Amino acid sequence: MATSEKNTIEELGISKDYQYGFHDDIKPTFKSRKGLDESVINEMCDIKGEPDWMRQYRLNAYRIFKEKPMTKWGGDLSQLDFDDIYYYVKASDRSERSWDDVPEDIKKTFDRLGIPEAERKFLAGVGAQYDSEVVYHNIVEELDKIGVIFLDTDTAIKEYPDLVKKYFGTIIPSADNQFAALNSAAWSGGSFVYVPPGVKVEYPLQAYFRINTENMGQFERTLIIADEGSQVHYVEGCTAPTYSSESLHSAVVEIVCMKGSRVRYTTIQNWANNVYNLVTKRAVAYEDSQMEWVDGNLGSKLTMKYPSVYMMEPGARGDILSIAFASKGQHQDAGAKVYHCAPNTTSQITSKSISKDGGRSSYRGWVDVAKGAKGCKSHVVCDALILDKDSRSDTYPVIEIGESDTNIEHEARVSKIGEEQLFYLMSRGLSEEEASTMIVNGFIEPLVKELPMEYAVEMNRLIQLQMEGSVG
Amino acid sequence: MSKDLVIKDLQISVQGNPIIKGLNLAVKQGEIHALMGPNGSGKSTLANGLMGHPLYDIDSGEVIFNGVDVLELEPNERAKLGLFLAFQYPTAIPGVSLANFLRLAVSAVRGQSGNGSGEDHLIPMREFRRELRDKMKQLGVDDSFARRYLNDGFSGGEKKRAEILQLAMLEPKIAILDETDSGLDIDAVRIVGESVNKLVGPELGVLIITHYPRLLDYIRPQFVHILLDGRIVESGGWELTQMLETEGYDPIREKHGIKEE
Ligand SMILES: Nc1ncnc2c1ncn2[C@@H]1O[C@H](COP(=O)(O)OP(=O)(O)OP(=O)(O)O)[C@@H](O)[C@H]1O
Ligand SMILES: [Mg+2]
Repeated sequence: MATSEKNTIEELGISKDYQYGFHDDIKPTFKSRKGLDESVINEMCDIKGEPDWMRQYRLNAYRIFKEKPMTKWGGDLSQLDFDDIYYYVKASDRSERSWDDVPEDIKKTFDRLGIPEAERKFLAGVGAQYDSEVVYHNIVEELDKIGVIFLDTDTAIKEYPDLVKKYFGTIIPSADNQFAALNSAAWSGGSFVYVPPGVKVEYPLQAYFRINTENMGQFERTLIIADEGSQVHYVEGCTAPTYSSESLHSAVVEIVCMKGSRVRYTTIQNWANNVYNLVTKRAVAYEDSQMEWVDGNLGSKLTMKYPSVYMMEPGARGDILSIAFASKGQHQDAGAKVYHCAPNTTSQITSKSISKDGGRSSYRGWVDVAKGAKGCKSHVVCDALILDKDSRSDTYPVIEIGESDTNIEHEARVSKIGEEQLFYLMSRGLSEEEASTMIVNGFIEPLVKELPMEYAVEMNRLIQLQMEGSVG
Repeated sequence: MSKDLVIKDLQISVQGNPIIKGLNLAVKQGEIHALMGPNGSGKSTLANGLMGHPLYDIDSGEVIFNGVDVLELEPNERAKLGLFLAFQYPTAIPGVSLANFLRLAVSAVRGQSGNGSGEDHLIPMREFRRELRDKMKQLGVDDSFARRYLNDGFSGGEKKRAEILQLAMLEPKIAILDETDSGLDIDAVRIVGESVNKLVGPELGVLIITHYPRLLDYIRPQFVHILLDGRIVESGGWELTQMLETEGYDPIREKHGIKEE
């Protein structure tokens, strides 16, 4: 809570009984059968009208996926049944350009997510993913004028085939890991962003998306290319309705930071408690460029997510700020990876986790310095806050250094909510719940203050919801 | 009718060690009391116990505030009744701005916050801001204070001023000031003294814990008590502070047959 304005969720038009578990009754116009095989992929390609190279790309990735053994590290994936998932759902026939064209029931859902409000505030463009397909995509005129491309990835493949083809899958190849392979085979939606040389996008580009069909997988695919000397902030927020059976979300996000560019990618996710959220996020950063991941993870059954930055040329910088809140029945296995592949590159990892009601949070971090990459600096700070004795926090840091001329610092702290802090706040009239919520919000403040205003509000509100009823 | 805090035969222990060993005291709204005593005599233990700190065990006795048995209540409920403690060592709450915290606290003690969460439980932002700004000005506290994280990285003196700012905002009926003057420079003691003086009136009773008469020059107590070995052994007026200033605690120890620890 950096400023008191962040408390005023109502001022942003988000109603007080804002429910994160609502479920609108929208009929998808097409739904594939459960499970994935070559015929489902072919059917998907036919419906989407995809070029042949993408069809081959998907089929190849599917073969890789079939050969990969089940991931054994991280969290418990034994309950995850790949055959019990819908891989493709389409809610309406085409992407919508203007708000007026969006069907009324879909609008209602967006309304409850606060989109029109956010748009009115300071959106440069909204791309909102509804089920597996982007149904609403609005690019304001300024973006067009300065040459910025901001489309859903499906449309981008049709409108900018060469540009997409050049980079798609080059940062995260299909064979990278099991879930990257699955995404490469079954992906749908996501955003494509291209920022031309020297262009600075003043406002965050935002995409809202959510899961809305039971047992439906979401495999969005995002690709961001920041050309030389450009700047962009991309924001992805997500709230999901609650369902009883398992759901899988497995996104791939690829980012290219060219010389002197600056990219920030912000995510807040609050998945329903049955969602597996297995995401691969990676950026390559060239000379003097800067990549920042800001990543907030709430909810889900299991999240495995380690945004990474490959610093390829001198002067590149990678910053990763991550926060995880693990509550009852949840495992947040989150972290960060930085690869110093060139001299004089710098990285900073800040990880904050909160575990409550038996929740488990793990930090998994990787710092790699290549041989000959002299003068690199890396600073890792891991703070864990454990709210009760049933909850758990672990750290699994790996540091691989092939070069002696480096400066690496790693700090890890585990703390409990202090009795003195609680007493201090309570002696001023705050209830125990208000006091502990305030302490937790203070704990994550270093991350929250990096968020755009309405996300900061949402984050504090989400924490408050998580803390409600937590004190007996 | 003026409200009063009545302490009867109170015994408090910390981690099994008896510290307060049968203490009697009554403080009324509108009265100023000073409590003096050597280091470790139990002054802060009394203050924490009165406010309901979970580490301080009440072994026996009564604390009645305006007819209500305070010992049964949570610290926040005591605050809502009108009790306030300015801490000797205020705790830092990183990431929580003084203004955000105070808005919630003020709303809580003024009865505008239930356990609810939304805006409507809070006093209106504009009203709160105006009040905070005025009080900060009166206390000579810099504007930037409001945005700083509560007691986090505050200097010793800044912490004490922040405590008095909270006192001014929360408008309690009985306030305990635990060594609010220690760590303050000469000008700050005057400012704090004068500000507390302004707050003092028929609505506020104060128990000032201090080692130095300087603060008491600004806030003249009607009653002075001396705490030794967990009990109040002497009560009197201003002359007691003068006696302590010249002779120290030894003559009182001798008189009551208490050995120095
Ligand atoms: N939280 C605590 N944990 C352990 N011991 C404590 C605690 N609080 C008080 N004590 C012990 O109780 C005794 C009285 O301490 P207290 O802080 O009440 O003294 P005081 O009169 O306020 O002293 P000072 O003038 O130095 O502030 C001391 O022996 C102290 O060590
Ligand atoms: Mg003390």
